[in-house]
Amino acid sequence: MQKAWSFKLTPTRYILIALAVIMLVIVLVRFILGLGVVTNLNDHWPWGLWIGFDLLCGIALAGGGFSTALIVHVLHRGKYLPIARAALLTSMLGYIIALVALLFDIGRWTNFWRPFFYWGYHSVLFEVFWCIALYTMIQVLEFGDIFLERVKSFPLKKVLGYAMTPLIIIGIILPTLHQSSLGQLYVVAVDKLYPLWWSMIMGFFFVWSAFFLGPAMVTLEGTLAARSYKRTPELPVFQSLTKVTLWMLIVYLIVKIIDLVYRGVFSLAFNGSFESNMFLIEMIVFVIVPIIMYAIPTIRTKLWGVVTASALVVVGVIFNRINVVFTGMAAQMGGHYFPSPWEWLVTLGMWSILILGYLFIIENFSILPKEEHAEEVAVSHGASVGKGVPSGV
Amino acid sequence: MPKGVLVDITRCFGCRSCQVACKQWNDIPATPTTFSNNWDNPPELNAYNWTRVGYHLIEKDNQTKWRFVKTQCMHCEEPACESACFTHSFVKTKDGPVIYKPTELKQDFCVGCRYCMIACPFNIPKFEWDKALPFLRKCRFCNDRLHEGLEPACVTACPSSALKFGEREELLAEARQRIDANPAYIKQIYGEKEYGGTSWLYLSDVPFEQIGFKTNVSEKPIPLYSWNVLKWTPYIFVGWGAILTALYFYTKRRAEVHGEEMYAALETMEEEKK
Repeated sequence: MQKAWSFKLTPTRYILIALAVIMLVIVLVRFILGLGVVTNLNDHWPWGLWIGFDLLCGIALAGGGFSTALIVHVLHRGKYLPIARAALLTSMLGYIIALVALLFDIGRWTNFWRPFFYWGYHSVLFEVFWCIALYTMIQVLEFGDIFLERVKSFPLKKVLGYAMTPLIIIGIILPTLHQSSLGQLYVVAVDKLYPLWWSMIMGFFFVWSAFFLGPAMVTLEGTLAARSYKRTPELPVFQSLTKVTLWMLIVYLIVKIIDLVYRGVFSLAFNGSFESNMFLIEMIVFVIVPIIMYAIPTIRTKLWGVVTASALVVVGVIFNRINVVFTGMAAQMGGHYFPSPWEWLVTLGMWSILILGYLFIIENFSILPKEEHAEEVAVSHGASVGKGVPSGV
Repeated sequence: MPKGVLVDITRCFGCRSCQVACKQWNDIPATPTTFSNNWDNPPELNAYNWTRVGYHLIEKDNQTKWRFVKTQCMHCEEPACESACFTHSFVKTKDGPVIYKPTELKQDFCVGCRYCMIACPFNIPKFEWDKALPFLRKCRFCNDRLHEGLEPACVTACPSSALKFGEREELLAEARQRIDANPAYIKQIYGEKEYGGTSWLYLSDVPFEQIGFKTNVSEKPIPLYSWNVLKWTPYIFVGWGAILTALYFYTKRRAEVHGEEMYAALETMEEEKK
């Protein structure tokens, strides 16, 4: 029996919808009048908030999708299954947002379809573009499996069932490639990007950090979802995931140091410049501190401990991307850039749409694992789908 | 044979005829100017100013002296912009110019992603920020004039023969001659080796880093850097795919053989740790 679609509107959701509408208006102006009217981008700073944050950070934050897919579907660690669907959902929404951000940002937006037909394979951007586009499609197909549980179509579900294994495997290869090629984008900025960040193996750093960010992101959003839907957080799952993050962080730190020493720029980290200080903050607060927190059992086994450490990892990856796009390029690009209010509003609007989409899907499809007391919550909130409307969201 | 221009900074006296000639030939609109803390005008290159003479006050032999440096696209032998663009909108022609196909050849595949601006080591491509559907703009080495056998407009306009147009190889030979004949010159031709060489070459009697040049740069062409990482993509695709497929079937079989036990064992291990 088909249940009715439900999306209860709370005050917070009205605000999110309002932000989304404001964004649409600004974007319309931007499409008609051009980037210069809406953004503070200039010849010194061709890439700003939308590329630096929405695209680079959004894609990195969506890394939870492919690391979870690898752990659950390829390594068959069944105990992590409860988080797989939520991870896929956030990842898919993150990619869609990133693609939309890209469409807003490109100057000649009427040509957005050209790269599908004109192959500049010598460009790193070619790899980024194709992998992101294909992977978004694959995630939508993977999600189709969940969608078809709700919207019944057995022939479709059967076909999709056969395709699922290759889809999942390609759905790990593609993000591996483009997460690394997002880093490789900046290989071309040799002599421009500050040597503490520029490296021939930036691709490795980007894909590695996107991967270890996955478990941290899953922990954070799992805790948030649990809190707002009045569920018990899957603490045991989060805790055993910390081992993955811990070892990957240690490897990241070691490779980073080897890379700096090998290129003979290790001393730049301590020369007291703005870049070196930002680099030290990035490495100490967002890499070494989480390593210590994950390594100490009394911190790791507490919910606050694992959540704080995960938050540090997530913020750390954002901090790293921002350092690459802005801090590391500032000396060579010159000029000045700070996002205009309109740019901020568009970013806010896009993330509002992401949250709204997440909430709608969570409440209408079986994403979060079934739970004993979910029924009680549903009753107490009077919701009809058997899942509660979150408190405060 | 690829063409080039030799800029002899010792001969330039900063008249800006080249700037005017560039605007006239390429029919670029005038732009409002702003004060800068210098005599340069316009203060920076942008979509409507493709060349500009920079004024540099330097200390030389205990005297304060002027040096004037014309900047424009260097027209790299192996351009970073060409390798960066995934629609191949920038190309190096066999004559020497690096051209932008959407405006030059009306082959409009450019999406305006501005990765070329990130890639260019000389920060040359500029964006028409005021347009709804902007193009990238930069010096085009007067590609049309070269086809007709003419010099670039700026070279024709130069009254002090600071700019000399010719075959790049011949210009390099002449530059070496000038350096050998006059000890005042710095023993370096800027553009001979920088980033694999550029079509525009510079001679100077003051160190290049004092007059706004980026020195000690890579002599390896930038496209090589990205190609050296990109060339691994097919191998990673196939190799990583094979590893994942193998892992998939191996762990699936293991999960089937051990069934619930494997997970049970893991769960117990977790419990024990707690």
